[in-house]
Amino acid sequence: MTGQGEAALDREQGTRATAEPGERTPAGPVGTAALPSTGGRPPTSGIDLGVIALPWRWRVLAVTLGCGVLVLAAFTVGIAAGSSRMGVLDVWSTLLGGGTQTLQFIVFELRLPRACVAVGVGLCLGLAGALTQTFSRNPLATPDILGVTSGASAGAVVAIVLGGGGYSVGASLLGVGIPAVAIIGGLLAAAAVYGLSWRQGVDSFRLILIGIGLTAILGGLTSFLLVRAQLTQVTAATQWMVGSLNGVSWASLWPMVVVLAVLLPFALTQSAPLEINQLGDDFSTGLGVAVQRHRMLVIATSAVLAGVAVSAAGPVEFVAFVAPQVACRLARTARPPLIASALVGAALVQLSDVAARVAFGTEVPVGIVTAIVGAPYLIWLITRHNRKERR
Amino acid sequence: MFAATHPARLNTLALLGVALLAAVLASLALGSNPISVAQVLQALLDPASDPDAVVWGSRVPRTLVGLLVGACLGVAGTIMQGQTGNPLADPGLFGVSSGASLAVVLGAYLLGHDSMSVSLLLAMAGALVASVLVFGVASLSRDLANPVPLAIAGTAVSALLNAVISFLVLTNASSLEAYRVWVVGSLGGRGLEGLSLVLVPALAGLVLALVNARSLNSLTLGLDLARGLGETVWRARLVGLGAITLTTASAVAVAGPLGFIGLTAPHVGRALVGGNHYRLLPASALVGAVTLLACDVIGRLIGGGQAEVPVGVVLAVLGGVAFVAIVRRAKLAAM
Repeated sequence: MTGQGEAALDREQGTRATAEPGERTPAGPVGTAALPSTGGRPPTSGIDLGVIALPWRWRVLAVTLGCGVLVLAAFTVGIAAGSSRMGVLDVWSTLLGGGTQTLQFIVFELRLPRACVAVGVGLCLGLAGALTQTFSRNPLATPDILGVTSGASAGAVVAIVLGGGGYSVGASLLGVGIPAVAIIGGLLAAAAVYGLSWRQGVDSFRLILIGIGLTAILGGLTSFLLVRAQLTQVTAATQWMVGSLNGVSWASLWPMVVVLAVLLPFALTQSAPLEINQLGDDFSTGLGVAVQRHRMLVIATSAVLAGVAVSAAGPVEFVAFVAPQVACRLARTARPPLIASALVGAALVQLSDVAARVAFGTEVPVGIVTAIVGAPYLIWLITRHNRKERR
Repeated sequence: MFAATHPARLNTLALLGVALLAAVLASLALGSNPISVAQVLQALLDPASDPDAVVWGSRVPRTLVGLLVGACLGVAGTIMQGQTGNPLADPGLFGVSSGASLAVVLGAYLLGHDSMSVSLLLAMAGALVASVLVFGVASLSRDLANPVPLAIAGTAVSALLNAVISFLVLTNASSLEAYRVWVVGSLGGRGLEGLSLVLVPALAGLVLALVNARSLNSLTLGLDLARGLGETVWRARLVGLGAITLTTASAVAVAGPLGFIGLTAPHVGRALVGGNHYRLLPASALVGAVTLLACDVIGRLIGGGQAEVPVGVVLAVLGGVAFVAIVRRAKLAAM
């Protein structure tokens, strides 16, 4: 972080970081009103497995568990809601093997894949957002704004146009191909943004601005490809521009499960360096963190997570931005807690999808709902922050 | 101040003139049905010889729309950058165009009309509300010149408005079919009828911009110095806001929301004629017109003969590249 470029929105995270170096130290007075101190309570307990150390505060643990329950509830609602109503009891008895044949068909063939993909997409995006927001110490640096999501989207569309496969999200013909190319697209976009922002180190503002530019370029390229592809189904095209869970199948789920199974534990091993990194690059280097290598790993991880989520559902906007911020405020931590962020993301996507399906008469892409929920929150965050700057 | 006959100025003027002529000719001649320049000229002089009325029927209106919209957006961007001191200001990027298009789509949805004049009025209201909103959000911080809050506020406002637009268009596919193409931004849609309607407000906006030039010159020096020079800041802001609203709304009403012209034109203009707004505003208008026509021609050519690529898409790609270049070049400390 170059001191000079650090301004406005970044300062918030900066003060928080210096005020609260890590969860192992007692939480002192924290710079923001939204993060009141936790009082004099001894801060951490935890488990230490050597590679994965999970220090926790009870509040964080409680919030994480609460979010888990919320996800479970949202998941149940996600299965229960739809044109043929069913009760919560029906849902779970069917899931556990009971239920009539009709119910079994509805649940396992129609609703369960969609609900699982919603949860998976939310988990991936929430985690990816938490990682990018933490490493850049800036709440605005999310996969959406850094261009990773649109890179993955462009990659998926390239795969469709060049591969000549089905246009709809998660078409089984390219079940493996689309996720792979989307991940590559996300990684390339991340590399491009990072490389273009490099000037004797990476300033997080330049990173964000370059990301905005690259998002425009990639969005244009995606539209261009869709125009060239002579798309007959316009709705399928909007899916890649907005993000939707319409028409997902079990085939969309498996790549995400694999990626989550590998990267969630890996992200947790990065927890300690992420924590130390809040002190600033110079400090972390002094404390023995290989800053650049750690940062590359974190960016790559979040690019893969965002990429696989996009390949399943298209770019579902603002989840990666909102979920970590909500988790952070709920848990009252200095940086977004990883697992809780992922869970909040899952609940957000699932509930938005229910709203998108049920609330408007016709089915709306879930990305529109998340954008309508998320953008005002971003605007609010900016105004609140600016007012604080002014004082 | 340099005399108007300064050789460098003459060169610049000649350069812009040649570029404009080339862009106009290309826009008249090239497309899915290429016509030779000689044929174009002949058709212009003698409408009867026009092959299938391509030139007068579709290319001339399109070119005129491109010229006016490009000039409007170039000027709107210049005023926004001058007023805020923010090198990344652009009506498309900062959500003003999205506001105008949301108002148009919303009007079509609620009133079920399809008249250009109502669309224009709605676009003006939307552009005004969106610019007040974006600048309001951003001006809560101490200086508008810090590009990041404004850029992100603009991105967020755009994202929100675009989500609402897609929501309306997708849920009312039958009634709003026409707007699905329009929201991407294209020059082909409205033709001469739309052009004649927006001509008056667009020209009014351009004149208002020139009225604002003196204030823009002093605002560039910072608020305190501007006040010291006898500038009434609120009046300067109000005139600027009026000019931005008129030009952007006219452009959006006829061509849909087009981004990045307003971002790049002032930068090119500044490189050509310097920072004096009396010269910069006309130069940006010319650069904007040339750029928009060129991008439109590119969109027609890369479509591969079947479907043309909307100019909004071409602008997003090329403008994004320009945006990245500007961000990389500008020193962040200075921004």
